[in-house]
Amino acid sequence: MKRWFERLEGERLPRRFWLILWAALGLSLAAQLLVHLHGYFGFDEWFGFNAVWGFLTCVVMVLGAKLLGVALKRPEDYYDHD
Amino acid sequence: MTELALLPAVWLMTGALLSAVLTGRAREGVILLAPLLALWAVWQLPDGNLWSISYLGMTLEPLYADSLRRLFATVFCLMAFTGALFALRQSAGRELSAALAYAGGALGVCFAGDLFTLFLFWEVMAVFSTLVIWCGGGDGARQAGFRYAVLHFLGGVVLMAGIIWLGVESGSLSIRVLELTHPAAWLVLIGVLVNAAAPPFSAWVADAYPEASAGGSVFLSAFTTKTAVLVLMLLFPGTKLLIGVGLFMVFYGIVYALLENDMRRILAYSIVNQVGFMVCAVGIGTGMALNGAAAHAFAHIIYKALLLMSAGTVLWRTGRRKCTDLGGLYRSMPFTTACGIIGALAISAFPFTSGFVSKSLTSQAAADLSMTWVWLALTAASAGVFLHAGIKFPWFVFFQRDSGLRPADPPWNMRLAMGLFALLCIVLGCFPSLLYGLLPYPVDYRPYTASHLVSQFQLLLFSGLAFFALLPAMRRTLTITLDFDWLYRVPLQRVVLGVGQLLEISRAAIGQGMVSLIDRLPSPERLAPVTAPAGGMLLVLLMVLIAGMLLA
Repeated sequence: MKRWFERLEGERLPRRFWLILWAALGLSLAAQLLVHLHGYFGFDEWFGFNAVWGFLTCVVMVLGAKLLGVALKRPEDYYDHD
Repeated sequence: MTELALLPAVWLMTGALLSAVLTGRAREGVILLAPLLALWAVWQLPDGNLWSISYLGMTLEPLYADSLRRLFATVFCLMAFTGALFALRQSAGRELSAALAYAGGALGVCFAGDLFTLFLFWEVMAVFSTLVIWCGGGDGARQAGFRYAVLHFLGGVVLMAGIIWLGVESGSLSIRVLELTHPAAWLVLIGVLVNAAAPPFSAWVADAYPEASAGGSVFLSAFTTKTAVLVLMLLFPGTKLLIGVGLFMVFYGIVYALLENDMRRILAYSIVNQVGFMVCAVGIGTGMALNGAAAHAFAHIIYKALLLMSAGTVLWRTGRRKCTDLGGLYRSMPFTTACGIIGALAISAFPFTSGFVSKSLTSQAAADLSMTWVWLALTAASAGVFLHAGIKFPWFVFFQRDSGLRPADPPWNMRLAMGLFALLCIVLGCFPSLLYGLLPYPVDYRPYTASHLVSQFQLLLFSGLAFFALLPAMRRTLTITLDFDWLYRVPLQRVVLGVGQLLEISRAAIGQGMVSLIDRLPSPERLAPVTAPAGGMLLVLLMVLIAGMLLA
């Protein structure tokens, strides 16, 4: 277990990490083939809707935060002027 | 006066007082026993108004119980006990006494049957929470505590003004649903929203809480914002404005947490985010939504305290608070890491944790009313919570890279406190009926359906993908992010300093004028006897004042 965690500390995440992640993502999508998703609006029953909505909004939030950061980030000692 | 003993707040206040004068084992016993006795007292109260007092022509009802108030009081007592256990031996001076009094204030608000009692305990919380922040020590805590106090007392003044106005107009101080058609109701709403960390007053959470001690911030995370949620539920259920306010808070919390480097500030921003879910639910206002707000407050207090305890342990062991200084701590503190991860999963509403069974009530309420955009926003926000708190916090603190630090897991009392809340996160997630049984409205909802599980796993796993795919963009920088508090920390401060300088200059000028005037007077000795009559005058004035007070 410990050795496994150590491999996460490199410059880039190891191949095996990505393989496991992709497998989990694939499984969660495949589950929708077996389970009928009970939606409220229609579009939330589309195949992979939650996956796409979760991924896209997260990308928008991260990039939005970066953009806001350009305007609002300051050095840590910004308020220590006296 | 026997009712006084029924008041759960009294047990905590007595505990606070005793713990301040006792030392050693006796002090520790009192600190741990007081929250448990208060919890016992909470569950002795039957529903309804239990105590009426006439005071200055008003009827006060300091002890009004129902299921909603009992739910909040229960989790406050659990929190006070676990927080006290966590900080039992590690807190400095009288910090835990202040923390118990602060929790007592929160219990007082829980059972306040009228607005005057509510306000009284509201201010008790403001005073003692400020003391808890100051116990953090250092310049940072002193200044942030001062800013916190000013803001909260200002909020208190606005709340008091609204309450008085309401009392004078309607002749009643009873706690009832208020319509925003009267300016007095607006004042009350603003006063409460300051404590709920609503915009534009969100900055105080991330400014003040992370300056408290490791144990202090655990207490702070629980009471102020959640009593504000309770009061919103009592006074403003179904106020549509709150939906927008809540959604703003939800995304504000995510974006600011994503930009943050300080681990406890990340968690502070996520308090605003989570309270946003509750405020939004209060705005939706149906039975399902209010159940959602109450359940989420209960679950949130527990997992947020757990997260802050794990962060507090890291801070206490290493003295470091920035993600850029941390990483790889799983090696030497596996227990703390595991607790941090359980808290992170619970806040992300991962299946089989408490967040999963509480957060979904609010989404369901939005879906029931066909509020498409609200539902979409809440779903996106759930994904965002996994991003900023669920993965970011444990990843940057416990994994990511080897910082070279090898802090050990904490002593037994801190481990026990964390273990207790970690267990509660999982137990509530696996047996939701425990939580649903406490809710104010009957619950007709099943969280564990195959459909809900699959959609939640898709949502969370793909937001996890977004995190790791965008990891280079998430690199921590040694920065802070400006917020609305900039307005009073920079321009307002400059104006105040400027006015001060102006006064200083004019004072000097006037002083000089006086000196030259006195120089022209015939002899300075003639001015000397003035002091005696001035003293006599003062004495007369004082006596008149005292007589006036006695006659009144």
